[in-house]
Amino acid sequence: MKVELVEIKKYFGPVRANDGVSMTVEPGTIHGLLGENGAGKTTLMKCLSGYLHPDGGKILIDGRPVAFASPAEAIGHGIGMLHQDPLDFPQMRVLDNFLLAFDDRLMPDRREGLRLLRELGRRFHFDLDPDAEVGRLTVGERQQLEILRLLALGARVIILDEPTTGISAPQKAQLFETLRLLAEEEGRSVIFVSHKLEEVETLCDRVTVLRQGKVAGEAEKPFSVDRLVEMMFGRSLPPPTRPPVPLGPPVLEVEDLTVASYRLAVEGASLEVRAGEVIGLAGLEGSGQRLFMRACAGLERVTAGRIVVDGRDLTGAPYRRFLEAGVAYLPAGRLEEGLIPGLTLTEHFALVEREGPFLIDWKAAREQALERIRHYNIVGRPETTVEALSGGNQQRVLLALLPHGLRLLLLEHPTRGLDVESANWVWQQLLARREEGTAILFISADLDELLERADRIVVFFAGRMMEPLVAEQTTVEQLGYLIGGKTTKTQRARRFSL
Amino acid sequence: MEIEFLVQTLSSLVAAASPVVLASIGETISEKSGVINLSLDGSIALSAMTGFAVAFTTGSVWLGMLAAMAVGALMALVVAFASITLRLEQVAVGFVLAMLGLELADFLGNPFVRKPGPSVPHWPIPYLSEVPILGPILFDQNLVVYLSFLAVVVTWWWIYKTQPGLKLQGVGERPESAFARGVNVNRLRYIYTVVGGALVGLAGASYSLSIKLGWSHRHTFGIGWIALAIVIFGGWDPWRVAAGSYLFGLLKALGSILQRNPAFANVPTQIFSSAPFALMIFALLLISSEGVDRLLALLPPRVARRIDRAIRGRPPGGLGRPFVQE
Amino acid sequence: MGPRVKDILLGLLPILLALLFTTGILLAVGASPWEAYRSILEGAFESPEKVADVVAACVPLILCGVGMCITFIAGQWNVGIEGQIILGAIFATWAARNLPWPRVPILTTMLLLGMLGGALWGFLAGLLKVYGKVHEIFGGLGLNYAAQGLAIWLIFNPWKPADGATMSGTDPFPDPAWMPRLGHLRVAPLAVILALLSVVVVYFLLRGTRWGLELKALGKNFRSAFLLGVPSTPRLLTAFAACGALAGLAGAIRCSARYGRMIPEISGGQGYLSLLVALLAGYRPQWVPLIALFFAALGVGSPRLELDLHLDSSLGGVLEASVVLAVMLVGGLRALLARRRAQVGMEEAA
Repeated sequence: MKVELVEIKKYFGPVRANDGVSMTVEPGTIHGLLGENGAGKTTLMKCLSGYLHPDGGKILIDGRPVAFASPAEAIGHGIGMLHQDPLDFPQMRVLDNFLLAFDDRLMPDRREGLRLLRELGRRFHFDLDPDAEVGRLTVGERQQLEILRLLALGARVIILDEPTTGISAPQKAQLFETLRLLAEEEGRSVIFVSHKLEEVETLCDRVTVLRQGKVAGEAEKPFSVDRLVEMMFGRSLPPPTRPPVPLGPPVLEVEDLTVASYRLAVEGASLEVRAGEVIGLAGLEGSGQRLFMRACAGLERVTAGRIVVDGRDLTGAPYRRFLEAGVAYLPAGRLEEGLIPGLTLTEHFALVEREGPFLIDWKAAREQALERIRHYNIVGRPETTVEALSGGNQQRVLLALLPHGLRLLLLEHPTRGLDVESANWVWQQLLARREEGTAILFISADLDELLERADRIVVFFAGRMMEPLVAEQTTVEQLGYLIGGKTTKTQRARRFSL
Repeated sequence: MEIEFLVQTLSSLVAAASPVVLASIGETISEKSGVINLSLDGSIALSAMTGFAVAFTTGSVWLGMLAAMAVGALMALVVAFASITLRLEQVAVGFVLAMLGLELADFLGNPFVRKPGPSVPHWPIPYLSEVPILGPILFDQNLVVYLSFLAVVVTWWWIYKTQPGLKLQGVGERPESAFARGVNVNRLRYIYTVVGGALVGLAGASYSLSIKLGWSHRHTFGIGWIALAIVIFGGWDPWRVAAGSYLFGLLKALGSILQRNPAFANVPTQIFSSAPFALMIFALLLISSEGVDRLLALLPPRVARRIDRAIRGRPPGGLGRPFVQE
Repeated sequence: MGPRVKDILLGLLPILLALLFTTGILLAVGASPWEAYRSILEGAFESPEKVADVVAACVPLILCGVGMCITFIAGQWNVGIEGQIILGAIFATWAARNLPWPRVPILTTMLLLGMLGGALWGFLAGLLKVYGKVHEIFGGLGLNYAAQGLAIWLIFNPWKPADGATMSGTDPFPDPAWMPRLGHLRVAPLAVILALLSVVVVYFLLRGTRWGLELKALGKNFRSAFLLGVPSTPRLLTAFAACGALAGLAGAIRCSARYGRMIPEISGGQGYLSLLVALLAGYRPQWVPLIALFFAALGVGSPRLELDLHLDSSLGGVLEASVVLAVMLVGGLRALLARRRAQVGMEEAA
């Protein structure tokens, strides 16, 4: 099945997410869609799979024009999409998730469904327990379930949106194996959406590069990496620079910490972080890194062990005490857990002035907001409400809200969903804070980010915290295997030599 | 003698609980699809009044029941329109509708206050009603009571055993994923909210035509709020919701037994009639408080997880959240 | 048509819709809508005495409505306000029955104790919410039943009148515990002043203080506000207590200025009505008095329906609730149309 996208246009208000994009996907190939965050890749794929209605342009299947009113119609034409966050039902069981996709009849045919699930699973070597609750699976397994669902519905073009974020190296290898099988042996088309060059390079036959909503170029295998980089960014990227900062005394000492939720327990975790140090926390989603980080902010109940901040034992203390001790926590959901939609920038800045007087001087607050807006290059006015800002500007506001002279800064996915420029800006701001003696702990699913930005990396697997790695001496492959719970030979050797 | 008294008490308990069962099952259905219908108290009052008024005027109990169901469905339709199409805050709209329903019932029901009228005929099921003990408790009742049994069983079967039921769960859990599977999320939500509303209307009719015959000012006395609390108490599971309804019935029955005890002669009757409501709310407190978390944390995780699952349920993931297609 | 005129007309639309609805209902029961509305208006404004009654009826609605603005701003449905009114009345009644003091000290004590009682009950609703994780609607309803039970028990047992307990309440208070009225009119000027004062104070608290800003932040996004360092538990508890204090004040005023005794139905649904008032005011205290006046006029005027037309007085309540509903629906429809327009505009631009 040959798919052609002709001059697709999709606008969101003033933003031209897709501005006349054309691409052709040949049957039996793996077609890469490359571009940095915000280039319009996901929008284009949502247009192709029926989630969005393009504002202009045509979609042709084997030369015939089609239009999809919904994802169901797209899958009816054989086009299915696997989203970055798998669109499944975490509270329901695997088999029910699978069965839910099928046509209306009164009674679901559980036996037939089970047979189909098993058969497809065997073909691709997926081992899914039909009775398991989906929320308990790893992201990789949830992807597998979604792939099986799309295949069972007869998908002949399968779109995968950034599928390697949040899965381990072995799962990634297995995924690539599956995709090759689908394309080469079964003649299906795979569209692989990614912002990671080396993945596209190893996997894809052809690649279309998007930049700012437009096609920046196309290439065939074998690829010239320099050409791709130039197409993606319009220039060659300078290597990230990071001036070294002398490390200070320990800021955070965690000893033998045990934190438990119903899902998972982190047991016996110990870590010492010194002033000015940057520590990356790695692991698949739900491996315990978030639990650990939230415990360090006083947001989880600690059952055993100690947390010492700046020499003060804060074990079991409430979040406020941590705040007062100079700990700040920046969660991933910017509008859910960071900012307050409906409140203006001025109100945000006034709100975090914790020592401010009981009566608010709104005129002075506005002045101060203007000053911060200038200083942090925020595109907005003091009266703008935060939900009206773009993602990048929201992240700037969040950083502007952080008090100065922090001891410890905890960040969850600090650059998720940002374009490269915004992400670089964020890291500049963060790293500058090291000079005030702030230690930084951050969670990221992006292995490159971990290796580039952290001094040391701590990998979590199934609630177990591993020995910290020195970032400079670690490779992407090693990290990928550790995340999947396997130690590589070099890693094992190094541990013995220590 | 003792046994006879017990059977009699249980039999009247089962009958008295039937409106609560119907209303809380109706609410369970609409909340399973993701819509909170907070108008229950007003819906029940208005449908109880309508049911009685229609039955009184036409002489047909069945027409009365149908009219009551239509009223409940109509109220639910307003909730559905406001929350699904207009994306208004469901709690706000529901609350205002609850008040509107009460006032409307009072206004329109004025000519029917304390008039004797028809009632749902007693209808023992042949053979089954003669089974010792269980027979008189469960099968020597009227049609409304049987309908309340049926509502529980059918609702459970529909949600957990059928294909449309899977979709219902999906729409309530994560509407985006349901949409991705070709489910028309908003249409299903409309349908289930209205169907749930019709059951709530039936609950109203069973009040005025079967349990507490006739119509008067504040006739249904806050039962809608209790039904809403029971849905939470029952963790959105039909069987446990039904169990919660009978527990509430038990509390009320205990109240009236205590009331007859001479030791409590000084206590005004109003206390006995409102105490079960307060108790039910505090039962809700008991299962949702952090204290329970602390207790569970002392147990081994595996056991704690089981107990946790047994005493409380998770609300549907998409409850109260409108679905917006990009 | 200027945008201002259009806004005013659109603002009046819900009231027209609600009137249309009640008119339909009146026609359906075979009554003359014209007669009914005239009867309500006459009942509310025909004589100075009636106007005084309307003003007096405003007082609890303003106090509670302004209080509800506080909890609504904080994102909380303080449905327990009925119980808070009752507790205020109970505390005030205790003072009136037990302290044989002259007018000024006893009235001051009654009002302050009333506020304390209401605040305690509000605080309790807050505790249930914050520590018990019970949704405040259910916790509040439970506390309302409990308060109602307590009031009835007190009236039927320790506070029983000499000639036997009835639902008509306790013996009248001694004279100093009655709030002075304006001549023969049934309105207490002090109560009106207190109500208006509450509007000013709450407006200022919500608009100009950290406390108000923090409540607003919690109401808009609880998690973010908490993580940004707003002390959520003390703020929510004070919001509930502040609303409870105003409701308690209303309760104390109702038994001191209106009934001169404690009765079982002392709250009289004023709390639920004030919830509608606050919703209609969009949680802005400055709008509460005007809306309270409208509600009070309906409340005072509609009993005339029973005398003149043999209709139930709840028509007033129907009109009140349907105005609020119409405001919501019209607002939702306008937002829906705006969304549709934006979508069409985008497609045309492409």
